[in-house]
Amino acid sequence: MALHVYFCVSPCIVFVHHVRSEQVRMLDRFSNKSTSGTLHLTATHLIFVESNAAVTTAAQEIWILHHHIASVEKLSLTTNGCPLVIQCRNFRVVHFVVQKERDCHDIYSSLLRLLRPVSYEELYAFSYNPKQNDQQREEGWQLIDLGAEFERMGVPCDQWQLTDVNRDYKICDTYPRDLYVPITASKPIIVGSSKFRSKGRFPVLTYFYQEKKAAVCRCSQPLSGFSARCLEDESMLQAISKANHNSRFVYVMDTRPKLNAMANRAAGKGYENEDNYSNIRFQFVGIENIHVMRSSLQKLLEVVGSRSLSASDYLLGLESSGWLRHVKAVVDAAICLTKAVTVEGASVLVHCSDGWDRTAQVCSLGALLMDPYYRTIKGFMVLIEKDWISFGHKFADRCDQLDGDPKEVSPVFTQFLDCVWQLTEQFPQAFEFSEWLLLQIHEHVHSCQYGNLLANNQRQREELQLKDRTHSLWAFLLSEQQNYVNPAYCPGHAETHPVLEPSTLPCHFKFWRNMYLQFDRSMHPRQSILKNVLTLKENNRQLEDTVKELEARLKEHGISPPTLVPQAPYRGHRCFPTRPHSLILVAPLSQKEAQQRQEEEEEEEEEEVGEEATECCIDTERTVEGSSGTERKESYGDLQETYGAKAEPAVVSLEFGVARMTC
Amino acid sequence: MEFSEHIKTANVEDVVLRRPFYQPTKGTLCVTGHHLIFSNRGGDSARPFLLLLRNIDAIEKSVENLPSVSSGTITLKCKDLCVLQLDIPGMEECLNIASSIESLSSLETVSEMYPFFYRPPFLSLQDQWGLSSTEQHYAQMKEIHDGWRVSQVNRDYSVSPSYPPAVIVPHSIDDETLVKAARFRQGGRFPVLCYYHRETGTVIMRSSQPLSGANRKRCREDELLLQAVIDGSELGYIIDTRSSQQAQQARMTGGGFESKSCYRGWKRLHRQLEKGKVLQESLIKLVEACGDQSHSVDRWLSKLENSKWLSHVQTALSTAGLVAECVERDGHSVLVHGSEGTDTSLLVSSLAQLILDPDSRTLAGFLGLLEREWVQAGHPFQQRCAHSAYSHVRLRHEAPVFVLLLDCVWQLARQFPLAMGFSEPLLLRLAKEVYASDYGTFLCNSDQERCVTGVKERTHCLFQSLLRANERQHYSNPLYERTELAIWPSIQPPSLQWTCAFSPIQWPFDMC
Repeated sequence: MALHVYFCVSPCIVFVHHVRSEQVRMLDRFSNKSTSGTLHLTATHLIFVESNAAVTTAAQEIWILHHHIASVEKLSLTTNGCPLVIQCRNFRVVHFVVQKERDCHDIYSSLLRLLRPVSYEELYAFSYNPKQNDQQREEGWQLIDLGAEFERMGVPCDQWQLTDVNRDYKICDTYPRDLYVPITASKPIIVGSSKFRSKGRFPVLTYFYQEKKAAVCRCSQPLSGFSARCLEDESMLQAISKANHNSRFVYVMDTRPKLNAMANRAAGKGYENEDNYSNIRFQFVGIENIHVMRSSLQKLLEVVGSRSLSASDYLLGLESSGWLRHVKAVVDAAICLTKAVTVEGASVLVHCSDGWDRTAQVCSLGALLMDPYYRTIKGFMVLIEKDWISFGHKFADRCDQLDGDPKEVSPVFTQFLDCVWQLTEQFPQAFEFSEWLLLQIHEHVHSCQYGNLLANNQRQREELQLKDRTHSLWAFLLSEQQNYVNPAYCPGHAETHPVLEPSTLPCHFKFWRNMYLQFDRSMHPRQSILKNVLTLKENNRQLEDTVKELEARLKEHGISPPTLVPQAPYRGHRCFPTRPHSLILVAPLSQKEAQQRQEEEEEEEEEEVGEEATECCIDTERTVEGSSGTERKESYGDLQETYGAKAEPAVVSLEFGVARMTC
Repeated sequence: MEFSEHIKTANVEDVVLRRPFYQPTKGTLCVTGHHLIFSNRGGDSARPFLLLLRNIDAIEKSVENLPSVSSGTITLKCKDLCVLQLDIPGMEECLNIASSIESLSSLETVSEMYPFFYRPPFLSLQDQWGLSSTEQHYAQMKEIHDGWRVSQVNRDYSVSPSYPPAVIVPHSIDDETLVKAARFRQGGRFPVLCYYHRETGTVIMRSSQPLSGANRKRCREDELLLQAVIDGSELGYIIDTRSSQQAQQARMTGGGFESKSCYRGWKRLHRQLEKGKVLQESLIKLVEACGDQSHSVDRWLSKLENSKWLSHVQTALSTAGLVAECVERDGHSVLVHGSEGTDTSLLVSSLAQLILDPDSRTLAGFLGLLEREWVQAGHPFQQRCAHSAYSHVRLRHEAPVFVLLLDCVWQLARQFPLAMGFSEPLLLRLAKEVYASDYGTFLCNSDQERCVTGVKERTHCLFQSLLRANERQHYSNPLYERTELAIWPSIQPPSLQWTCAFSPIQWPFDMC
């Protein structure tokens, strides 16, 4: 494949020297299969193009955005070449074997240089140009409007008002400019309270449950130490309490484990003392901190990434990683919040340490349970915009967007998406979006291709002039929202079940294979119900259009159309609606790349039944040789298009430990 | 045969029934020979709640006898894993009811069981019992008529008590040879055909273990039979569902394996599949894990692991995949056996057929497969399914091999949601029917017993009932799209899923 193809993709590539290495093999990490091809390194992507593809099918290509690469590792030289292992933040793991050691070193060192952007301007979003004019770009940014969102909730109202104290980010530079507080909370109270809260993050409204006039507020931990108090802060909570006539008290949910909160007291921080605050009910929820979550996911990935995993090791690994336990803890906390608000009609104040990780998780998940609007595609974007982006979840630090402190990195947002996925599994009809939307959002949190999820807070975003210099992810996602529709969504569900009550039985918390193993095709179902139903729906729509057209033409000729007998829908495979490029989303592409990609789309077929820890027979009669999974020219149902025939690489795989006699 | 002997109190008023997903309701409880009937007086339109006594796995009772209150509570744990509770006023009534249930639910006489009394209006006893016979099945497969024939050697069940009267064997092997080969196989289960692969012309056979014993006995006829299977081809595989140690040990008790020197061209592979008590205990632990009330993910995962159920699923699928791979990819015939050839062999051979054969993935095809490979092939249903996961009775021959099959099929269906003509409700229904049923299909341990007890004349066949138009619609997969290809499952643990179907309190996911 000619190199100039990639140069037209993005003009910025021109100034970077281009590394190219031929005769590279890419190994599948769960089988002994491999693909050989050429590796290209451009300014934005690492591209692997398969060579020697069969004539009938296009070559497989893998595009890896540099921002997605979490680590590059050069393993020791083998007889086949120099192995290079690349781990990506979207959980892709690729294993290349580069024949020439010098090539490998070139790629390795270039990647290391490209890997760690130090300033925001180096990020892809600033060079990414989807061929939109400024007006379109501006309109894209206006699609989500938080002012309108608070209005939808019924705020401002007689008890809650918009305050301008943070207009210039003077009170709290990690909060947005527009904040909603109880009408009785005067400016001195706000200022005083903010001084008593870590990072100045005083209690503000994040969700208003109109039906019971109950509020969900959020803040950071109080600087109470062992005995300090703050009258303004106490008045602030009093004001929140007074704004709700349903309940005499406010729940204060400290989302940390009690031990962590107590340890914070020694550092002059801590939690609210029930004796000092009138009318509060204080409660710990026990979600672990970012460091625990980071190592938990790390362990999980190690477990599911290991070859020849036995069922026992898998389950024990799932358990010891603790990931599902943590996911459940977040869901449990959200359920607790939801119950307090919707059943008791009480207002709840949620905080953790700084109020931008666990607090964001619990508040947004709680709102998702309480309000059907957030279960729509647009509503979900609004929710993320509100609870995560505007309230200052540190996306740049947590997602490692810039070269920074590795201790600040943590999969808090990923975990939130995981929790949402668990809910979509429990309530298949309640959500307008499918898991593709969650995967796509996750993809772009790390791709740094759009401005929304860059930087740590609104103030930084304004300083970077992101709205003028980058594009909005929401606009892009909304423009192709038909791809993210959940075909089982039933809008009537919201009326019958306005508040979701998820099961907390542990067997309902599952490992999200499509997230953490999304690029390991051999692990996935070979047929997708989601894709199939979307195709059927699209076919149906087209057929209805055709019927209308034909009826119109009949009328033109003065013939009244006959009544139709419903027939089985056409099930052709060539009429896919536009949809994400593969079952599991591929790396983000520009429009042009996408076109090119569409033409060349091609996935390797996986046919193995998996690696086998062969139960060796000890007697001499055993016949265990290698059997290579033969590729086939056809495949199953809807994967027909993406799976193609391909010559089998000359590598021996040990499936079932069965002899392959014919070679 | 007097059921009334066991019924001390037939009717109790004001009983409160508690069951999952339903509000507790008050009504009248009635015990009959085969059922518990609970009717809600108030609800005129509501149908009475009917529970087959046969479905009850364990019964627990507690009574309170004070001057002011005299009442009792009966907890019924069913074989379909449902748990019910009955609050009965009056201690004596409660104890009477409990003892009636205990004795009636453990009746062992086949001809007294409910299927012999069940007479639905939509089925007639005049019809053929079952979907197909060996002869009909053979007649449909024109392509095997050259090399294979139907043998009636077992017409009086004398050659193998657990085989059906007719089996399919190589054309070149006469009945006399079969009789001799049968003597060399446990239970007389000589190798018979269960699947013919059209593209490669290779077959899957199954049998029981050869009785080579400690002094390595040989049987010329058995060798001839297997030789005839791979006639012309140089190689065949024997998949032994025991570990090679187990196979070696089996020789001490008269069993054994096919040694290489005697069976030229046959290669043996061992793959250990658990069965019997180990499997039953696995199910018990699994159900216990599902019912764990601690709501702790860690406990759940560790209990799930401890049950080893998913490992059994994984091994079964991978062994079936191995068989299918030998046949389809390598083009060699396969003989599957364990020891008796009535449990894991059937599991593996039927799963392999599902992987390979599109015909067995339709609703009718799947039921036909179950009939051939389980009912006719002599899986001892009555012994294996006498008790389920709650029973405190000492285990004898119980083993949820069939339930394991259903789980494996479910895993296949999850990985190929369009390839199966039937749906998950069918698998759940079968799991329930196999333990307690209105139909005679899963009664008895073999075809012979079914003939002797008159099951085929006096009961109805479940499979026929499931294929009636309205049932068929309910159990069909709306997304079904036939694929002619083999469906190779992934057996990587992250590809396997746990189902909450084993939970006594299944959460009602919003089903509207």
